[in-house]
Amino acid sequence: MERVNETVADIQMPQLGESVTEGTLSKWLKQVGDFVDKYEPLAEVITDKVTAEIPSDFSGVLDKVLVPEGETVAVGTLLCHIRETDEVNHSVSSAANDEFQQVTAQTVSQTTSQVHEQTEPSMATRSSLPFQDLDFSSQTNSSSQDDELVFRKGAASGRYSPAVLRLVQDHGLDLREITGSGEGGRITRKDVMRYLEERSNSSILIAPAPGVQPTQTTGSSPSDTPHLVEDGLQPQTLGENRGPNNQISSDDVKVITPTPLRRIIAKRMVESKHTAPHAWTMVEADVTGLVAMRTRIKQDFKNKEGIDLTFLPFFIKAVTDALKSYPMLNAAWVEDKIHLHQRINISVAVATEDALAVPVIHDADRLSIVGIAHALNGLAAKARSGRLAISDVEGGTFTVNNTGAFGSVLSAPILNGGQAAILSVETIVKRPVVIQDAIAIRSMVNLSLSLDHRLLDGWIAGKFLHAVKERVEAFREGLLIY
Amino acid sequence: MAVKQYIDAIHDALYEEMQRDERVFVLGEDVGVRGGVFRATVGLYETFGEYRALDFPLTESAIVGVAIGAAAAGMIPVAEIQFADFILPAVNQIISEAAKIRYRSNNEWSSPIVIRAPYGGGIHGGLYHSQSVEALFTHVPGLKVVTPSTPYDAKGMLKASIRDPDPVLFFEHKKLYRLLKEEVPDEDYVVPLGKATIRMDGEDITVISYGYALHLVLEAAQLLSQEGISSHVLDLRTLRPLDNEAILTAAKKTGKVLIVHEDNKVHGIGAEVSALIAEQALFDLDAPIARLAGPEVPAMPFSSVLEREYQLSVDKVAQAMRSLAQF
Repeated sequence: MERVNETVADIQMPQLGESVTEGTLSKWLKQVGDFVDKYEPLAEVITDKVTAEIPSDFSGVLDKVLVPEGETVAVGTLLCHIRETDEVNHSVSSAANDEFQQVTAQTVSQTTSQVHEQTEPSMATRSSLPFQDLDFSSQTNSSSQDDELVFRKGAASGRYSPAVLRLVQDHGLDLREITGSGEGGRITRKDVMRYLEERSNSSILIAPAPGVQPTQTTGSSPSDTPHLVEDGLQPQTLGENRGPNNQISSDDVKVITPTPLRRIIAKRMVESKHTAPHAWTMVEADVTGLVAMRTRIKQDFKNKEGIDLTFLPFFIKAVTDALKSYPMLNAAWVEDKIHLHQRINISVAVATEDALAVPVIHDADRLSIVGIAHALNGLAAKARSGRLAISDVEGGTFTVNNTGAFGSVLSAPILNGGQAAILSVETIVKRPVVIQDAIAIRSMVNLSLSLDHRLLDGWIAGKFLHAVKERVEAFREGLLIY
Repeated sequence: MAVKQYIDAIHDALYEEMQRDERVFVLGEDVGVRGGVFRATVGLYETFGEYRALDFPLTESAIVGVAIGAAAAGMIPVAEIQFADFILPAVNQIISEAAKIRYRSNNEWSSPIVIRAPYGGGIHGGLYHSQSVEALFTHVPGLKVVTPSTPYDAKGMLKASIRDPDPVLFFEHKKLYRLLKEEVPDEDYVVPLGKATIRMDGEDITVISYGYALHLVLEAAQLLSQEGISSHVLDLRTLRPLDNEAILTAAKKTGKVLIVHEDNKVHGIGAEVSALIAEQALFDLDAPIARLAGPEVPAMPFSSVLEREYQLSVDKVAQAMRSLAQF
């Protein structure tokens, strides 16, 4: 009978988007035995559409984990059990739980009476609701009291008055940036007006000096900052000094809430650019021999291997070779220490419609060019269909970025995942080149390298690039690709 | 200009209108020799004679019926119902005759009568001398229902009512008669019917009221201003036709509306005002429209303790205003 005061609730794999049928549990954010608050994130899940956190529907202790990290399971699969401490609201739903069903009928009735006891205090709090004071005439009319009660509860839980919503619409505001001063933190019309006033005051300060970094100008509350930036941009982009009341109309801007995946990308890009001082350098390589060779063997290759032979495996091969000579490029700066990676795992950026995936070819240095080609093909297919496993994206030590795929001839990539360097392979183009005082038409490629200047200097980066260049220029007919 | 009480303002308006236009006369119980139980018609009998200050028997239906007939014959009668509670025997005359004459006669006849009636409680009047009856009449097309809350308005609106070509019910809250004094001009003026007025300008909440309750609101607003709550107070003055524009403007000003009246809440003036706001100013509302009114019990009790409990007070009004401001 120990279980009388405990119920066990199930957490299932949620449906994280239309047509999503399964998700990969990438990480447990709570361990067995941890206390979990209601709505607190329990685990991180990756699906082909999003990466999201699963919040707990219940308060309690994480009792049992049924799906290990990295496993992909169908929507609706039980992920874990939570031993509830807040059984008032959920005893009914948890009655479905297997263990609970074994408990005797007597226990169930006890639980029900418990529900009653716990509900009563909340009934009692009604009499202390201030708004009821308005209702002098309804002593005999309990239904009108209930109506008001409903509104009050709603207002305190994120409902907004028509006046507030209209102001929000008229001015294109984000309610999350406004602090509520009403009952239960409700955002009142006055709060919005005050916010608008502060905002227009701020833009008065900025407007006369277009081009000045807008965030420097005022000392108002941090919640204003996004709008300061926005207002500050107006005079610059429109080339005129707009008055403080000329907000961008909602027709001009369509606001899109980014997907969780997009937000993660954004966060990582900012992190990388902020923490690692990026330096950039480039060499050009003559890949006429490589182009000729590929042209000769690609049909044969396709017949034999069933996949297209692209240029990228050759560049990856050249990079892995060069990394062996210059291991400092296969490293990371971690908390004032340099981590020299002993394995060469090449991250490859794969663009999809709306996102960017960076799967990893593990131990790429041990693969032949054909091996790399197959690995690449498999990962790209997985990425485009959203089937990348956690192991497919983990452990990268150096990134090769195939910017040539979309026609770029020059790019300055952002470092990926704390790695020391990233190489962009640009489009191969035919150009007139001077060779021994003669002009020749050659197939040329730019190799751009961004590097973390904390652990790498231009000299070593240059040496590395040169090593890559030497190798790609050495590819020619007769090369063994197996 | 002289400082006058509400009752004096009523008296002066009657006196001046009778002097101005000899068609004007008063009729009712004890309005002649006695000069009215509240002294509103004192001296009229002496000045204008027995045919212009007619004493009537205790038959309200006759008082109003005779007034309607006299008006049809070209007179301008001002009937006094001694207490608004007693108006009920005259309701048939008021609603079925006076209110409909213009319509029934295809605009050939009108009924330019004024019916004055003291209403409201708080004077230890018990069941039969305390009622608020305004809502019984505000539902009726063809009637005008007014209830001024200050001496200045009382004089100006009574004159406007007497000069109005249609029947006007002129309700005087009896607690106001000697409650406050203010400067009332000696020269002729009118306060137009159908126009509300702002009694206090404020930012946080809008309070709409009339009659004696308005003064409780104003006092409560003073109290709340010390707590930093600023109130916008609208005096309806005319209950039918309502000043829709003034009501909507006042409601939109703060988005938080409280309607206060002594009459009970259900189907009262507040119901119509709140419906109007809900219909036409929904997107300016920042809180549910609130009403503070008398309780749903049959009558104002006679016991002083219960009378106090029944009536609105500055404290009750202030609490309602505070709650709305905090919402």
